[in-house]
Amino acid sequence: MSFHPRILGFLCHWCCYAAADAAGVARLQYPPNIRVIRIMCTGRIEPAFILNGFMNRADGIFVGG
Amino acid sequence: MTGSAGNFRVTVEKRPRYVDETKCTGCGFCSPYCPVTIPDPYNQHLSQKKAIDILYTQAIPSTYCIDPDYCLFLNRKECKQCSKACQSGAIDFGQKPEIATFQVGAVILTAGFKDINPAHLDMYCYKESPNVVTGVEFERISSASGPYLGNISRPSDLKKPEKIAFIQCAGSRSSVSGNNYCSSVCCKYAVKDAIVALEHEPDIDITIFFMDMRMYGKGLDQFSERARASGVTFIRSRVSEIRRDKNTEDLTITYVTEDGALRKETFHLVVLPTGLRPSEGSFALSRATGISLNEYGFCSTGLFDPLLADKEGIFVAGGFREPVALPDSVIQASGAAACASELLSSVRGTRISEKEFPQEGADDESLRIGVFVCHCGKNIAGVVDVENVRKYAADLPQVAMSTENLYSCSEDAQTIISETIKKENLNRVVIAACTPRTHEPLFQETLREAGLNKCLVEMVNIRDQCSWVHSHERQEATTKAKDLISMAVAKARLIKPLDELTIDVIPRALVIGGGLSGMTAALSIADQGFTCYLAEKNSELGGNLKNLYYTLRGNDPGHCLKQIIKRVLSHEKITVYTNAEIESIDGFIGNFRTALTVGNSDKKETVELRHGTVILATGAKVHEPDEYLYGKDTRVLLQHELERNIASGSYVPADRDSVVMIQCVGSRNKEHPYCSSICCSTAVKNALKIKELNPSTDVYILYRDMNMYGFREKYFTRARNEGVVFIRYNRDNKPEVTEGEGSLWVRVKDRILGNDLKIPAHLLALSTAIVPTQDNRSEKALAVPCSSDGFFMESHVQLKPVDSYIDGIFICGMAHFPKSIDESIAQAKAAASKAAILLSKGHVKAEPIISVCDSSKCIGCTLCIAFCPYGAIQMVKKEKGKRAEIISAACKGCGVCATYCPTKAISMGRFTDEQINAQIEAFGAAIGKDSN
Repeated sequence: MSFHPRILGFLCHWCCYAAADAAGVARLQYPPNIRVIRIMCTGRIEPAFILNGFMNRADGIFVGG
Repeated sequence: MTGSAGNFRVTVEKRPRYVDETKCTGCGFCSPYCPVTIPDPYNQHLSQKKAIDILYTQAIPSTYCIDPDYCLFLNRKECKQCSKACQSGAIDFGQKPEIATFQVGAVILTAGFKDINPAHLDMYCYKESPNVVTGVEFERISSASGPYLGNISRPSDLKKPEKIAFIQCAGSRSSVSGNNYCSSVCCKYAVKDAIVALEHEPDIDITIFFMDMRMYGKGLDQFSERARASGVTFIRSRVSEIRRDKNTEDLTITYVTEDGALRKETFHLVVLPTGLRPSEGSFALSRATGISLNEYGFCSTGLFDPLLADKEGIFVAGGFREPVALPDSVIQASGAAACASELLSSVRGTRISEKEFPQEGADDESLRIGVFVCHCGKNIAGVVDVENVRKYAADLPQVAMSTENLYSCSEDAQTIISETIKKENLNRVVIAACTPRTHEPLFQETLREAGLNKCLVEMVNIRDQCSWVHSHERQEATTKAKDLISMAVAKARLIKPLDELTIDVIPRALVIGGGLSGMTAALSIADQGFTCYLAEKNSELGGNLKNLYYTLRGNDPGHCLKQIIKRVLSHEKITVYTNAEIESIDGFIGNFRTALTVGNSDKKETVELRHGTVILATGAKVHEPDEYLYGKDTRVLLQHELERNIASGSYVPADRDSVVMIQCVGSRNKEHPYCSSICCSTAVKNALKIKELNPSTDVYILYRDMNMYGFREKYFTRARNEGVVFIRYNRDNKPEVTEGEGSLWVRVKDRILGNDLKIPAHLLALSTAIVPTQDNRSEKALAVPCSSDGFFMESHVQLKPVDSYIDGIFICGMAHFPKSIDESIAQAKAAASKAAILLSKGHVKAEPIISVCDSSKCIGCTLCIAFCPYGAIQMVKKEKGKRAEIISAACKGCGVCATYCPTKAISMGRFTDEQINAQIEAFGAAIGKDSN
């Protein structure tokens, strides 16, 4: 069985979330492994969120901001 | 257009787009069905698009449009494939041109410009070679959304060009092209393009051939240094010929170096950063509106009325007026808005009615969540199994119902959602559709119409970040949509109704600095109907404008200054404080408190002012150098001292007198690493004045780059024709000044002859840097950040050029950066425009995303204050000592404070720890389900 990592993403509303939308408008294709949580700024991310992500079985965490 | 200022009647013809804007959802389903492929004008014809398409991905409105020149149905009555493909019935071939008539009080012309087409300039080989491209074409080539997806390639073979040449002034500053002016933007964007190209491909060899690098304006000279440091070669030369090799499609450039040598070099791609010209429509627009254009076809304006066309009530901004870069375009646009607002202030708000919403009900304890899953035509439903997703959502805990919409954003869907909310008694709503960035406000309004608080909606992005990006993985996309919905539902269980805070704005402004910019800003605010305080630290108004006696364009600045001062002093809405010092300023947007010390040493008093906004117009000053014998020899003057002496008659140019001017003194060096923009114009102005008074006086201008941008180029040409001698020097080879045999002697290396010239100088005029005023206390009191050059920093260089980093505080004039009279006035008007927006609204609304501090948990550690990037937290004395309090009007909701707060006293509206953790846990739970 191949490895299907589950990625949890924290995306800044103003930049990376907007970029992810733009990727959609341009129909750029990428693997469907990520689940995104929108936040207003990556400054909002507490270390506890990252740890909680791993505790909730994330294989990787993507922070985009 | 008929009528006059205050009452124009404008008739506009709107061409048909053959797509109904009210029905088109921008889904893009039609394009693939269109059989007609046409060159894409947005990508400069380097790629293709369909006859029905969107102009470009960010176009607003995002409505598709049929090109009537190519559409098969419009030309041959066959096809109509798009009409069949469109699921919202938006295609309308019956559309006719619409005639609309507007009754308006003021008109702003921002009709833009075109780039110069180099096809008729034979020497550039543009027509023959596919590898000679314009600057705009290169912009598209290097853009990720461009024809080559951002891979730097040349059109002939799509290979990466190892060597790229940029040739400046293609079709500018030349009588051959008919464009004798400088296009102002080309040097800047060429350097930007070079840097961008190197970011994409660091090993490309880039050479920029130029006449003068005109990198005037904030931060731009440093930008060109950055390009130099990244390996871009700059060669000062006007290219004489480009030859194309038909076999390799390479291009050989012949040019003459500064020392007169003829050189040849071969490149793989040649970029012509072409200049700007008026668009064809400019002439039609000038006829229709009755305004006149200048000799080049631009709508040039008066030095002291830079935004006014030659007809009252018609204002201009941007490239329609003169070639300008982005920040100036934005400044002029805001300024023109202020001019219109001054004219229309008596009728402000008379045609506005406020939308009313039903009263919000009390929040129910038991949760009833409704989930609406959108098909977005086939945009989502074509990939994601919507029915499956809808069923999955219905089974999630506390979800009362779930349903599907064909287009959730359509008007009828809003009605359906609103009615469903009421019928099903929903109190939380999850919309799985497109992106909240564009559509959240729409659904928030729908909730309000249904009597729910606007914060009770949560959006799930299953289009832009799901179906569109996983279009070939239907099953995985469906699973992802389900997971995202379960995470959103988990958050929806914890969301709470939140109030939108409204903070009143004190309807008065304080302008600090009584120079040209400060007075202009104060007058504009007052003319727009608001009370304005104007504080000047000197005993009289006027600032640096007092030092000007004549201008290049022949105005009388002294007279204009007197008129402005008279208007300021007699305006009933302006209170002037001279000899004023800022003692303290505190507060925040809408609510500032300033203590001013007014008066001289004999009699001082403190005035306390309350105001809603601040404009900083504290100006700048001329740098006084300690080189070139300045201050040691009376024959060495600064340019403004020379101007004063000429104007007063204390210097009369005599026959065979020799006046030498040195540019960039104390400027563009380590100490002041920027170009002060206006010194070249001042030198040319004084040189022309001397020549006018006595043509046989010799004038030498020793320069590094002559920054005679825009229409100022004309005076540069005139100075050369009048016999002013321009000699270039290098930063590493500065002129030397000595005193001997009863005269001053200037020694400078002549680059063509290769030896030193020794020029006698009866007078030596130094063009020194313009530097920030260091003594201003208001800056410290307000904590408004400055850029590394010491001038106030704008919050966005291109898009927010008059907003400071602190809400409610605006900057203009030379306090922002050295600038000319017309530029100062335009920026002052722009700052006044921004201030007046605040004053006329009368309140600031804070989105409920802002942070809230629970003072019972706060320990007063002040960590949050240290980390808040917006100065939005203050300490307030409470029973048990000082506690943090959020200034709602200034908070942007970033959440940095909440992250750092050691006692978790701060929480974020709509993004609480509990909500985010619930999303994370739902993410984990979803994994469990998927693997089952």
